[in-house]
Amino acid sequence: MGPLIFRFVVGGIIVSAFSILGDVLKPRSFAGLFSAAPSVGLATLGLTIVTEGKLYAAREGRSMIAGAVAFFLYACLCIHLLVRNRWGAMAASVFSFSAWFVGAFGLWFLVLK
Amino acid sequence: MRVHFDFSAIRKIRWYEYAVRFLFGGAITAATGLVAAHFGPVVGGLFLAFPAIFPASVTLVAKHELEKKQKVGKDGTTRGKKAAALDARGAAMGTFGLGFFAIVIWKLLPVWNSMAVFSFAILTWLIVAILIWYAEQHRPV
Repeated sequence: MGPLIFRFVVGGIIVSAFSILGDVLKPRSFAGLFSAAPSVGLATLGLTIVTEGKLYAAREGRSMIAGAVAFFLYACLCIHLLVRNRWGAMAASVFSFSAWFVGAFGLWFLVLK
Repeated sequence: MRVHFDFSAIRKIRWYEYAVRFLFGGAITAATGLVAAHFGPVVGGLFLAFPAIFPASVTLVAKHELEKKQKVGKDGTTRGKKAAALDARGAAMGTFGLGFFAIVIWKLLPVWNSMAVFSFAILTWLIVAILIWYAEQHRPV
C-alpha cells in the first residue's frame, strides 16, 4: 500500500505543477501544450526505474509512443466535437476517451502485442 | 501573439479545482503502476500518455471564459467552447513532444545515465512542442 500512496502523492504533485504552468501561460493554444506534458510519465518512470529497473522502464517508454499517438487522436476528436458539433467541454473531453482507447489498444494489438 | 506569463490566473482558480487536478493526477499515476504490475510494461506504458487531467483542465478553461463573459452581461457559452478548443489544439500539438519524449526514454534509457536521459527527454519534449506550436502560428494561411 505504501508504494501506491507514494505514487499517488508524487503523481498528484507533478501533474498539478504542469497544470498550474498551463494556467499562467498565455496565449491559450500555447498553454494547451502543457495539457500534453509528460507529467504522468515523469511521475511513473522515475519510480519504475527504482523498483523494476531501466530496461522495464524503457519498454514502458516504447508503449508510451503509442499512447501519445492515441492522445493526438483524442485531442482531434475533442476539437471536432467542440467546434463542429458544439458539444460542451466536459461531454467532449470525456467522450473523446473512446478515441484514446481505440488508438492506444489498436496500436497495441497491431504493433506492440 | 507573444508568449507570456499571467500570474493573476492563479488567483482565479478555486482550491477545489487544484484538489481535483491533484486527485486525478495522483489517481492515474497510481493506476498506471497497478496496470503495469498486472498486465506488464507494454500495456502499462500506454497509460503514461493517458490524457489524465485534460477533461478537468479543459472544463475549467471553458467555465472561466463563461464566467468572464457573464460578468459583463453576455452569454459566454460559445466563447467558452472556443477557449476549450484552443486548449485542445495546443494539446494536439503537444502530443508530438510527448511522442519524442517517449522515443528518448525508449532508446536512451538502457544505455545512458537515468538523470541524463530524463533531462534530455524533458528538453526534447519542450523543444519539439514549442517548434510545432511556432510553425503552426507562422503557417501561411
